Amino acid sequence: MNSRITQYCIIRNGKIFLNGEEFFSNDIAESPLVFFKSALKHLNISYPKFYKMDSLSKLAFLASEVILIQDKARGSFPNDRVALVLSNSVSCLDTDVEYQKSISDRNNYYPSPALFVYTLPNIMIGEICIRNKYQGENIFFCSEAFNADLIYSYVNMLLQTNKADKCITGWIDFLGNSYEAVLFLIEREGNSNTIEFNIENLNKLYKGI
Amino acid sequence: MKVYIESDNIISPLGFTTGENFSALLECRSGIKFHKDKKYSQNDFYAAIIDDIALDDHFSEIADPTGYTRFEKLCISSIAGALKQSSVDIESHRTVIILSTTKGNIDYLSETSETLNPKVYLWNTAKFLKEYFKSRNDVLVVSTACISGISALLMGQRLIQSGIYDNAVVCGCDIFSSFVLSGFQSFQAISHSPCRPFDADRSGISLGEGCGTLILTNSKPEKSSINIRISGGAISNDANHISGPSRTGDGLTIAIDKAMGEAVFSPDVIDFISAHGTATPYNDEMEAIAFATSGLLKSSVNSLKGYFGHTLGAAGTIESIVTLESMRQNVVIKSIGYETSGVSQELNVAKSNIQTQLTHCLKTASGFGGGNAAIVFSKVENE
Amino acid sequence: MDELILKVKNEIITALKLEGMTPDEIDTDAPLFNEGLGLDSIDALELIVLMDKNYGIVVEDPKVGKQALESVRTMAEFIKNNRKS
Repeated sequence: MNSRITQYCIIRNGKIFLNGEEFFSNDIAESPLVFFKSALKHLNISYPKFYKMDSLSKLAFLASEVILIQDKARGSFPNDRVALVLSNSVSCLDTDVEYQKSISDRNNYYPSPALFVYTLPNIMIGEICIRNKYQGENIFFCSEAFNADLIYSYVNMLLQTNKADKCITGWIDFLGNSYEAVLFLIEREGNSNTIEFNIENLNKLYKGI
Repeated sequence: MKVYIESDNIISPLGFTTGENFSALLECRSGIKFHKDKKYSQNDFYAAIIDDIALDDHFSEIADPTGYTRFEKLCISSIAGALKQSSVDIESHRTVIILSTTKGNIDYLSETSETLNPKVYLWNTAKFLKEYFKSRNDVLVVSTACISGISALLMGQRLIQSGIYDNAVVCGCDIFSSFVLSGFQSFQAISHSPCRPFDADRSGISLGEGCGTLILTNSKPEKSSINIRISGGAISNDANHISGPSRTGDGLTIAIDKAMGEAVFSPDVIDFISAHGTATPYNDEMEAIAFATSGLLKSSVNSLKGYFGHTLGAAGTIESIVTLESMRQNVVIKSIGYETSGVSQELNVAKSNIQTQLTHCLKTASGFGGGNAAIVFSKVENE
Repeated sequence: MDELILKVKNEIITALKLEGMTPDEIDTDAPLFNEGLGLDSIDALELIVLMDKNYGIVVEDPKVGKQALESVRTMAEFIKNNRKS
C-alpha cells in the first residue's frame, strides 16, 4: 500500500500555504524575520525559544507548526515513530557567515555560543523534535535543488521497513533575504482521499505555487 | 539483503591508510599535539592536525596538489585509497558516493552572504567529487553534526537494501578550522590537555581533522577470509536540548535498542562498543547511562577521541573503520587517556589493548541537535 | 547600583533575545537559571561573553561564573567589582 501526503505547507514570498490554500500572508513585511514573527503571531503560538533560533530554524519551525495544526496529540508524549528528513541547498551558510563576522576581527573577537550552535543544518531538526517530543529517525541532506527522488527513496524506505509511521520531510532553505520552505507530512496509513506519496506528486506540489 | 564492507581507508595525522593508522593505535600513539598557531587561535591548544607537507606529498602521487583545497585533497586521497583495494566500479550507475561532513570547505568562508565563494556550498563540493570520480550518480551529502558519519553509513546500507544501488562509497571528512575551534572554545568545551574520555579528570574535547572512507556492497567480497557486514542500525533524537546531551540518555538508548533489534541481537552478544566518548563531562556520563540502560555493561568499551581528536563529520567513519580492523585482528584498542572512571556506571573501558574474539560490535555517536546514531557490525566467517 | 542593575537587565534581554520582555519583569533577586527566567546552559555561556564584551571581564573558572550568574543582583555586583571598561 502506498503512503499518503496528508498535509503540506509552502512558505514563499511572504505567504504561507497549507494544502494548497493560502493560510497567511504578509508580503509587505520589510524582512523575512518580520514576516516569520507575524506568522508566529497569526498561529497564536507562545514559544520564547522561537526568538533564539536562527532564521533557518525559525522557517523550519513555522512550516512544521502549520502542517501539524491538526495533530492535537503531538508533544504530549515522547514519540519515536515520527521521522524527520529535511534538505536544502545552502546548509546553514546564513548563520555561518554571521558567526564568521564575530571571529574575523582580532580586536573585536567575541565568538557567540548561541550563534555557533546554529552553524549546523540539523539543528532545525532538533528544534522541531524538542517542540513535539519526536525521538525518531532523523537526517539532513544537502543538494543543489529540491531532490524529490532522494526524499521519496529515503522516506519510503523508512515507512516501508517500519522504522517510522509518519515522516515530516521536505525543503527548508534560507540565505540572505531569500527563503523557501516546502514541507510534507507523510503517513503510512494516511486517509485515502489525500494525495498519494510519490516522486511525481512531490515535484508537482513543490512547483505548484 | 546483506550489506558488506568491502574496503576502507583512513587519513589522519597517524597515517594515510587504515593499516598505518591501526599500527599507530596498537602502539598507543596519539595524533593530538600541542599547537601554537596564530592562524587558528590566539591561545595555545591541543588538536590532531594533519601535516601540510605530508598531505601534499601523499596527494602528489594522485595529482598536483596546487588547485585543490585541503578538504578536496583529503576526500580524493581517502576515496582513491579505498578504491585501490576494491573491486567496486565507482563509475557504475549502480554505485553512489555519499559524503558526510559538517562544514566542508569552511576555510573559504567570507563575511558576507553576497560574496560567498562557491566552494563553501556543500552541494558544490559534491558536484566536484562527482566530476572528479566520474560518478554516474549525484554525490549525496549528509550533514547531521557529530552523527553524520554513522548516518551516512546507514543511509548507504539502506539505499542498497532498498535495491536503489548495489554499492555505496561513504566518505566522512572535516578539516580543522579556526571557525570550529573558536566555537568550541566559546562553549568552554576544549580540554587544556589531550582529551581523556570517560576519565574522572576529563575536562572537554580535543578537536581533530581527517577523512575515513568505507565501500559498502551487496555482494559478499571473495578475496578476504573474514567479511564484516552491517547487521543493524538506527538514528534517534533526544528531543531535549540543541546542545546539551540528555541527562537520561534516553535518545541514545532508543538508537542502540533499535539497532540491536534490527540485528536481532540481545545485548550479551555485543563484544565491544566503540563509543562516541568526546570527554565532555555531560556527554560521557550520558553515554554511560545509555549503555547501562541497554544492558551493555559487560561489553568492552573505548573511545578513539584521544588518538584522532573529534573529527566531526569524519568521526563516525574513521571510528567505524577502526572497529572493523579491530574485528579483523581481534583486538580492542586501549582507550587512551582513561585511568580512573569518571562516570556513574561501571563501564568496561579498555585500559590496555585487549586480544579477544570480536564477532559483533556496536559503534555509537551523539551530537549537537540532539542526534544519536548506532550501528552494529557483525563478522561473517567464510566457509 | 540600581542604574547598573537596570543596564544589566537590558543587556540580558538583548543578548538572550528575550523577546517582548521588559526590565521590570525581571526580578533582580530571582535565580536566572531553571526557575525564574528559565535560562539554559547556552544562555549562561552567552552571559559570560556579554561580561567580556561589555565590561572586559574574562571568566575562565566555571565555578566563578556560576556564582556570579545566580541572579541579576549577583551579576551586577560581580561586574561592579571586576569591570575593566
